Order: sequence, then structure tokens, then C-alpha cells
Amino acid sequence: MEAENNKLGYTDIHEDVVRSIVVTGPKYYATLATAGGLALVCFFFPWFYQLYYGIGAAGMNHPGVWGTYLASFIFWIGLSHSGTLLSCVLHLTNSSWRKAMYRSAEAMTLFSLVVAATYVFVHVGRPWFAHWTFPYPNQWELWPNFRSPLLFDVMAIATYLTGSTIFIYMGSIPDFAAVRDRTVGWRNTMYSLLSLGWRGTDTEWHRLHWAYTFLAVLIIPLAVSVHSIVSWDFAMSIVPGLHQTIFAPYFVVGAIYSGTAGIVTVMFVLRKYMGFEQYITKLHFDNLGKLLLLLSLLWTYINAIELFTGWYSGTSDEYEQLSFKLFGFYAPLYWEMILFCAVAPLLMISKRFRTSFVPMLILSIAINIGMYTERFLIVATSLPRQYLPDAWGFYAPSLVELSIMVGSFAVFTTLFLIFVKIFPSVSMYEVKETMETPKLKPAIPQAGSPA
Amino acid sequence: MSLFSRFMDGWRKYRKPGYYDEFDYHWTMTVDLDSCTGCEACMTACQAENNIPLVGEEELAKGREIQWIRIERYWEGEYPNAKLNFMPMMCQHCDAAPCETVCPVSATYHNQDGLNTQIYNRCIGTRSCAVYCPYEVRYFNYYNHHWDSPLDQQLNPDVSVRGKGVMEKCTFCIQRIRDAKDLAKDDDRRRVRDGEVQPACVQSCPTKALTFGDRKDTESQVYQSMNNPRAYKVLDELNTDSSVVYLKKVDA
Repeated sequence: MEAENNKLGYTDIHEDVVRSIVVTGPKYYATLATAGGLALVCFFFPWFYQLYYGIGAAGMNHPGVWGTYLASFIFWIGLSHSGTLLSCVLHLTNSSWRKAMYRSAEAMTLFSLVVAATYVFVHVGRPWFAHWTFPYPNQWELWPNFRSPLLFDVMAIATYLTGSTIFIYMGSIPDFAAVRDRTVGWRNTMYSLLSLGWRGTDTEWHRLHWAYTFLAVLIIPLAVSVHSIVSWDFAMSIVPGLHQTIFAPYFVVGAIYSGTAGIVTVMFVLRKYMGFEQYITKLHFDNLGKLLLLLSLLWTYINAIELFTGWYSGTSDEYEQLSFKLFGFYAPLYWEMILFCAVAPLLMISKRFRTSFVPMLILSIAINIGMYTERFLIVATSLPRQYLPDAWGFYAPSLVELSIMVGSFAVFTTLFLIFVKIFPSVSMYEVKETMETPKLKPAIPQAGSPA
Repeated sequence: MSLFSRFMDGWRKYRKPGYYDEFDYHWTMTVDLDSCTGCEACMTACQAENNIPLVGEEELAKGREIQWIRIERYWEGEYPNAKLNFMPMMCQHCDAAPCETVCPVSATYHNQDGLNTQIYNRCIGTRSCAVYCPYEVRYFNYYNHHWDSPLDQQLNPDVSVRGKGVMEKCTFCIQRIRDAKDLAKDDDRRRVRDGEVQPACVQSCPTKALTFGDRKDTESQVYQSMNNPRAYKVLDELNTDSSVVYLKKVDA
């Protein structure tokens, strides 16, 4: 990376990043309009339809009372995982290769969480009363049920969302200031507000660094706890196939796995279409590939253990659940998941594969398809096969559900597209830290430069 | 008195006579599978008593029927020598109910009578209680239901009609229990007498296979019945501590 970056000066970075914010081509508007339109047609219209007529618009039925809404919820929470978590871990371990990519990774965290939180409202039968899950003083003197894993879930996600938002915002303050100094008009006003009067003094840099490291330490356990708690929604039930102690680490590993794959996808897109070739390099793909390989091995191990404990329990309900999962109606989906998440990632053993962009893109998308399938199967194969065979059933998603699932990707893309025009999507000041100090000093001291 | 001990006194007063320590009544039902003929009169009676909606053909095909009590069928053997086993299944009113712990808003909870109650107005429709219930006896209202005229004239005024997005299940006809308790109070009696309160299913059972009563009253019919050597609980190994006792069918 150093060799490539040496060609760049501080000014080039500023110009590149400010250009990515200020100069907007017709291609961008076309993409934004498509994504926004899709979000409206595929996500919001079906959702309003469902709100009006009742949740029967989705495919849920008597034993299968949970469906793709919950699977998507877990998927988006999972996708949110790597961004901030990875950024925190790499910040604390002083890995310099993090610096070019972490801002977009954190944005991914934030918007995935927003989409996931929206899914909670899509999922419940009476979303207009969803605020009852928060412990707020009210005239009925009623509190939520503090024993409920779902309540833990609400708390964990709210905390994680707040933490991630503060983390990404705080890390962007110097960059907001840098953009403020190079823009005019309404943008200048907006960035003046966003940068909170940043001047670039030594004290400010010192405090920023201190606060940033503090938050990084705080967010790591938070990220682990969020997905553990999401897994307890399932694991604390006595449903065969869900009632397993391995679920918390299983979900955390799965979340980081799909999140890291998501980062690879987003980085490819940013590199290709936002013109960040010089910042996001083969090195990043190589390192992320190694991480993905490790996670895929962990994931495979946990999956094997999950099957083993089910089999070892020796109870008829676990046997039935296992045979339905491995050989039942949804078996093709199960084996597709194994192919995408356990077998295909082994290709990353070769360095040539890790450093080639298009194969990594394809693999990262395949991993996330596999991970979505995993979440779907957890819901769709366990609930319809419980203890009483008379109450067995079958669940398949309806058109409304599928449309909302597709639409959620459009919502995510729309939010991300708006983000890249407001936030400097590469952290300018931290990229500069990895470069040599330029010989010529700029005539005017620049507020966004590191002191 | 210190603030702490005042708080603890208040806490104890609030807890007694106990959430899980002691019930006022302990309503229990026994199902004698030897007498049960599977006639489904209980299902019909329940439908009428509790304003249970008929979801219609399409919804039934999707598996969204609502039956607070249902007859479960189990086939034994292959066609020429097939044998049909059946048993009624309704909310077991577990004393250690998995559904109660999971509801984030406490819309389902255990009351002083040992009943597992469902508060429709509080329910936000996460459906997690239905997932956690091993007996699969919780039913969800996927739509607003309507009753064609003149059926809307026969709705029971003592039972609320549930709207969309709400979970519902067997209540042991809590409205009848409430009535019986009010009557007992008016008669200056402390307790409801045995046999004074009967849920719709028990009342309509032609073979008297169902018995209902207070387990705390050792004289009661249900107490005798549940101490029958044939007694067992469905899925007892899950430790739900249910309040419905089944009497095993004796093979002839």
C-alpha cells in the first residue's frame, strides 16, 4: 500500500474525497432513483398493505408462526456485525490497513441495524404498540417483562445502534471539518454544524483519539453480546433444533462471517464505482480473505457440533428435526448453504484467489446467500416440527414476504447511497497518517490535517 | 423503620399470597381418554362460548384455523389394520409455562387461580409465545375476523372479540370462573363449591370424559380423578408442570 500511496499527496486525498461528495454524475442519480423506487414499491407498499389488512399477508401459519421476517431480521443484524466490530478490533491492534475501508464498513453496520430494526416492526402483529417493549413510566404502571429474551434483544439492539452511531460520527468529525473548509453554500453550513466547530488543535486531536479508543473498547463486548442475545430468542425456547447452548457462539461467528463477506462486497463496489482504486487495494482483499477463511472454518465446526448434539441427544423430537432439516423439503437449501458457506470458502486458501477482485466478489455474495439460507432454515425447519406430530405443519414465504425481503436490500442501498454523498466515505485523516509527511508545507494551515 | 425494611415489607405484601408460592384456587382439568369418543362436541361448544372466529376455507388451507381445543389424531399401523388414536389438546395452563417468560410485554402471565391468562389488549403480536409453547395450543389472529349475519347476533357478550395481530388460547372459560366467584361472594361463601363452575367443553362432553375443578380442594371430583393410577401429563419430561391431567386409555 505504501508504494501506491506515495504517489499521492495530502491534497490529492482531499480532492478525491471531496470530489466523491460534491461531484454527482447522472449515473449516481439513476442508481439512487432505482434503489429508492424499488424500496418504495417492494418494501413500503407491501408493508403498508400488510399493516392495513393484517399480518396474514405473510405466509406464517399455525406451527410456523415465525417466518422470513425474523430470518431477515437476524440476517441484517448479522451483516451489521462486522463493520463496527472489525473496525474496533483493528483500531485497537493498530492495523494500518483498516484505515481506508473502515468508514464504509461502519456505515454498513449502521444501515444494516436500521433495516433490522425496521424488520422488528414488520414482524410483529401490532407494531403500533411496539413501544411497550421499552421500560418507560406510564399511567398504567406497567413494565415490560424483564425475564423475556425478546426484551433483552430490544435493549441490546438499541444500545448497539446508539454506540455504533456515536462511533462512526465521532471518527468523522475531522473529515467533516476538512470538507467544510472546501465547500461553499448549504454544504458549508451543514458541515459546519456536523463538524462541531473542529479546529484541529492538539488538544482536540488528543481528546478525539482518547474518546475513540474508549468507544472502541466499549463496542467490542457490545457487538458480541448483541448477537448472543438475538440467539437467545431461539435458544431459550424448548423447541427441538433451537434449544442448544451452542447458539450464542454460533450466531456471533455467523454474524461476523456474513458481515465480513458483506464488507468485501461493499469494498468492491466502492473501489469500482467511487474511484477509490488507490485506497482500497489487493492488500485489503488479501487480509479480509484470510479472516473469512478462518471464520468459515469456525462456522463449519459449529455446524458439525450442532448436528452432533442433536443426534447425540437420542430423543425422537431431535431426530425428527434433524431428518427434516437434512433430508426433508428444505434439504436442497440446506446443502446449498453447506456448499456456499463451508466448501466454497476453502478456495481462499490460495493467495491468488484472495487477491483477485471479481472471484472474491462472487464468493462474498455466495457466502451471504448461504448465511441468509441458514437463518431461514433455523426458522423454517424447526418450528413446523415440534413435539406433537398432530400439530406439524409447513411454512413457505408468501409473495409479500419475498417482496419485502428484496425491498430491504433496496432500502439498505438507498441509505448507503445517501451516506456516500454526506459522509466522507474514506477516512482522510487516517489515510494521511499512513503516508510520509510532504516536503512542501501548504501556504494556509489546513484544519483537517493531522497535527 | 428504615427505608430498606419498608421496601422489603411492601415487597412481601405485594408477593403474598404468592405468585408461584400459593394460589387462591388451582383450577385443573382431567381428560379420561378411556371415556373420550372423539365426538368434537367440546370443540363446538368452545367455538360458541368463546367467540372463536371461523377463518374460512382459504385460511384453513393455509393452516391458520383457530381451535382453542382440538382433537389430535394419531394413526397406528397400515391401512387394513389401521387404528385411530385421539386425544383432546387444549392450553395446559402450565405452572412453569415457557410462554409466560418469553412475552416481552407480559401479555401472558399466571394469575392467582393458577391460570395462564392472555391479555389481548396488551399483546403486540411477536408470536414468540406460540413458538415457545410445546403443546402448540396458541393461535394467532392473522386478520380481523367477521361473523356473517345472523351469526354476529350470537356472540357471547362476556368474552371479548379479538382483533388482528393478537394471540389467543384456551382460558378455562375464565368468564365462568369469574361469575362463579362473584356468586360465591354474594352468598357470603368464601369458596366456590365443587362442580359450580364448568368450562363449555366440560359442560358439553356427552361421556363425562372431562372433569374440571379446584385441585386445592381434596374432596373435589377432579382431585380424586387426577390421583387415579392411570393419570399422566402430556410431555411431562419438559417440566412444564401442566394443569391438565390425562387418564390413560386402557387397551381392551
